[in-house]
Amino acid sequence: MTATTSPGSGAGTAHDQHGAAPAGDPVPASTGSRGTRILGLLALASTALLVLYGLVVSPADVEMDDAVRLMYAHVPSATYLYVGCFFTTLASGLWLWKRTAGWDALAEAGAEVGLVFAVVTLGTGSLWGRPTWGTYWTWDARLTSTAVLTALLVGYLALRRLDLDPDSRSSRAAVLGLLLVPNVVIVNRSVEWWRSLHQGSTLTRIDPTIEGDMLVALMVGFLAFGLIFAWLMVHRFRVAWLTQQVDRLDLDDALARRRAEAEEVAR
Amino acid sequence: MIAMTHAGYVAAAWIGTFALVGGYALAVVRRGRKLSRQVPAGERRWS
Repeated sequence: MTATTSPGSGAGTAHDQHGAAPAGDPVPASTGSRGTRILGLLALASTALLVLYGLVVSPADVEMDDAVRLMYAHVPSATYLYVGCFFTTLASGLWLWKRTAGWDALAEAGAEVGLVFAVVTLGTGSLWGRPTWGTYWTWDARLTSTAVLTALLVGYLALRRLDLDPDSRSSRAAVLGLLLVPNVVIVNRSVEWWRSLHQGSTLTRIDPTIEGDMLVALMVGFLAFGLIFAWLMVHRFRVAWLTQQVDRLDLDDALARRRAEAEEVAR
Repeated sequence: MIAMTHAGYVAAAWIGTFALVGGYALAVVRRGRKLSRQVPAGERRWS
């Protein structure tokens, strides 16, 4: 999670056909900035703290033994899966309303980073299920609804890769993006609405079922995964933004070439 | 930690998580660098 430094503005330097940076440009070409470097360092430090607390300091559980250590990765990843979906739904709504390119880029970033956390959630959950339930997978309400949410994210990202007019593609993706948060609500409430093997809320209740070093380890997990999520979101947003700029520059180049050809024919 | 029960599951989950997230982070940085070289410095507002 490193990023190159970026001294100077780079204004007035020689560029290629798009005005892009040649080798030796004073502005290094990357999605990194001073802020992301600080964020990256904080994420690495908190991850090291999470490993220490999650694997060494926190005790084994009375019922689950050391399998409880899976919780410190599973619960935070599920939480930031929800946050990624929230960003995509919010940004999709704002894209449909305002038609601002930044909202479209944010929606894409939220879905892709959310999908990474969805895979972590399903993977760690499956590995936790084997020693506690005796199976890697069961068609339980929580597991099934999480799998459906993951499929929605995959569908959303597949839709964004269709060869369509960019505005039309973004609008279609945004409609699908609006469905993510309602699905998050279903995933979150599924353990209460239907009979489920999956345990209920550990923290979001008046009398939490976790305390001491286990609670600290879980909190460190939320911090570490939160910083990683933020770092990924910033970089992925910038990638989406750059993709939009490259597409626009390609279109400008194509139009300029077509005009030049037309003028040549007219002479 | 030394006498950990379910050590295989715990190790697989933690190593898998960091491998996936780390790999994705690396892929995003690489995509960013490739795309950044194709646009003017002025378009990279964070630079």
